Amino acid sequence: MSPVIMIVIFGISTLVGYKLINNVPSLLHTPLMSGMNALSGITILGALSATGAAVHTGNRLFGFFAIFLAMLNVSGGFGVTHRMLGMFRQKEVPK
Amino acid sequence: MSDMVYYVLCGFLVLGVLCGIALMSKVKYSVKGNLLSSICVTLAILVTLYKYNLLSDFALWICIIAGLVVGLWGAYKVKMINMPQTVAILNGFGGAASAIVASISLLESQTIGVFSYITGGLALSVGVVTLIGSLVAAGKLQGLLPQKPVVWKKHSFILSMSLLITVISVLAIAFTGADRTILFGMVFFCLVTSGFFGVAFTVRVGGADMPITISLLNSLSGVAGAVAGMVISDPLLIAVGGVVGASGLLLTQVMCKAMNRPLSDILLGKSTVNSQNISHGYSGNAVKNESVQKPQESIKPEKGIHKTDPAMILSTAKKVIIVPGYGMALAQAQEQVKQLTDKLEDKGAEVLFAVHPVAGRMPGHMNVLLCEVDIPYDRLCEMDDINPQIAECDVVLVIGANDVVNPAANTAVGTPIYGMPVLEVDKARHIIICNYDLKPGYAGVENPLYYRKEGVTLLLGDAKDTIKKLISQV
Repeated sequence: MSPVIMIVIFGISTLVGYKLINNVPSLLHTPLMSGMNALSGITILGALSATGAAVHTGNRLFGFFAIFLAMLNVSGGFGVTHRMLGMFRQKEVPK
Repeated sequence: MSDMVYYVLCGFLVLGVLCGIALMSKVKYSVKGNLLSSICVTLAILVTLYKYNLLSDFALWICIIAGLVVGLWGAYKVKMINMPQTVAILNGFGGAASAIVASISLLESQTIGVFSYITGGLALSVGVVTLIGSLVAAGKLQGLLPQKPVVWKKHSFILSMSLLITVISVLAIAFTGADRTILFGMVFFCLVTSGFFGVAFTVRVGGADMPITISLLNSLSGVAGAVAGMVISDPLLIAVGGVVGASGLLLTQVMCKAMNRPLSDILLGKSTVNSQNISHGYSGNAVKNESVQKPQESIKPEKGIHKTDPAMILSTAKKVIIVPGYGMALAQAQEQVKQLTDKLEDKGAEVLFAVHPVAGRMPGHMNVLLCEVDIPYDRLCEMDDINPQIAECDVVLVIGANDVVNPAANTAVGTPIYGMPVLEVDKARHIIICNYDLKPGYAGVENPLYYRKEGVTLLLGDAKDTIKKLISQV
């Protein structure tokens, strides 16, 4: 894939993301941030392909660590976001 | 899988993630939005495994499952007040993963182009800055590191120099070529300088400026992912990383605007310098410290206290606005605040919460803390919506907030908070302030409300006890 296309993709996604996130009310900024945080764990895709292709043992071990960290980021991020969003209730739940 | 099919799939997955974010703009749909995003990421992982024929690579699955289990367990366990440092730590992990991906790509293949070398160096550098910066930020938030800004001698000079050296080291990687030994050395050098830069830029950010730092680190972790995506030519990584980068940047802007401070000032630790010698009323230790002179005695009993009994005012009020601050969270008084709210509502009063954008230690933190104790989210009002209502309410109850209600922000030229938009509680008919003491807030600016003779009742001490007392009297 040519560098130009990659930079264009980066630019477009940044702009679209900016537009969409602008609509999120400040009420939800903490879950928004933790959700975005989970998304930044998407780097696990890179970790998987790089580790899968790695020949040197050292690199492979490093890669395992990266997969673990990225997956921790993804699952932890989505987990806390889900938990927080569940707390936003409109009416009181009878106890 | 052909590249074309993969790109189309990537397009759909990015669209899914974007829809997930779009759903977050309404509270009602936000849970579904989050689920949609998480499903897209899961699918992306499976697609990647399939594309590179890795579905049978057992070791990868073990790592994935280990990360999944630990992550979900942590997410289930963490306390809401610790959310800022949790997000910071998770951020750091994402940055670290990106840095590792970049270094593997750099060290593994001999025949990558200059573009990949540059992006590889960049991803490594940004990833390491994110990791180290997040660890320092989390350490400060958790109280493991001093919360006050740490300023070294010639800090600005050191910071600029380390940034310069980091940039040079990234370029050096690009022009090293394929010699593995030299390349390895360069990668290591880049790692060290980036790490140093990460420390240098976060140590001098103070506790209350953390919302901005965390937003910025969030943005960086996205950028690191996007650049790592460029190294391995993965459009999905680039697109999602870009979205995360944009979100962090936007939140950083929102926070800066809410504090009326340029980003550069916060990164350079400028405005916090004034308050360095003032002990912060908000710092965790001060709240717990029993040796602190109990302020109740030191203040002349206000004449007003007799004629304006706070419990009386609250009992008869028709409309009450509560301003929660980080002090409430430190005292863990949310549950009591909820009880007080219920009691007032039973008496027929309307209770609203005025939440300042920077209340808490990360954007929107206060909302989460209040929702945790079952306060309905439609009672939580943003500053611009609630300010016009303050004049018409019967009483404002300030709990553990100081700078965000300080009218000096409009008048005290030259102070750190000058020009910062605040909640205009001084327009209320009556103000009840439940703060720990009369010390200035984090910004170190005296609050003239404390010395106002009329319409202000001060209830000093631990917010939990104060509110309990109020509940019993109302």
